[in-house]
Amino acid sequence: MTPTEWAIVALALVGAFFGGVASIGIVRLPDVYTRTHAASKSDTLGAVLTIAAAAFAIQTDLATVKAVFLLVFMFLTNPTAAHAIARAAQDQGIEPWTADDKEGEP
Amino acid sequence: MIEFETALLGIAGAFVVFAVVALYRVFAGPTDHDRVIAVNVMGTNTVIAIALVSGALDKPLFLDIALVYALLNFLLSIAFSKFNVEHGGVL
Repeated sequence: MTPTEWAIVALALVGAFFGGVASIGIVRLPDVYTRTHAASKSDTLGAVLTIAAAAFAIQTDLATVKAVFLLVFMFLTNPTAAHAIARAAQDQGIEPWTADDKEGEP
Repeated sequence: MIEFETALLGIAGAFVVFAVVALYRVFAGPTDHDRVIAVNVMGTNTVIAIALVSGALDKPLFLDIALVYALLNFLLSIAFSKFNVEHGGVL
């Protein structure tokens, strides 16, 4: 592989790390609000880094523009969706998890 | 030495594995919102996997499918949260 390809693979690997952090947070965190936190922050960063790697890997001009559009779109919509879901949960009266609650229980 | 395309395809496979891990929360989530968050993360991982496969196999048309998938994923989350607030539990 050329050094450019090594750089692209390294970018995708860092994105995959943050995607894995998001999945572990979705499974392990105790509360709907903390899970929303993991889904919005870690998964957005992983998505943006990995789609940037894909945009560098594609050598066509129009496809690179499409990949950059996809990147900007993910950067805007993913936290918005997580915010809307967290707000719906709060409107339904779901209480946040506190340290007084039992370990691992919502 | 690993080929460039193989590395990108392997990372796409890793994202598919992460989506399957998030599927546990769809099964076991105590509230509807947990399930929607997990489905949202699965959709995001699917978009990433499609984009990586598009880069690895050099098929630029796959990016259109990824864009439409991301739009539908966003609409699912927004529509569900609005509907759930106005009408109560639906699942």
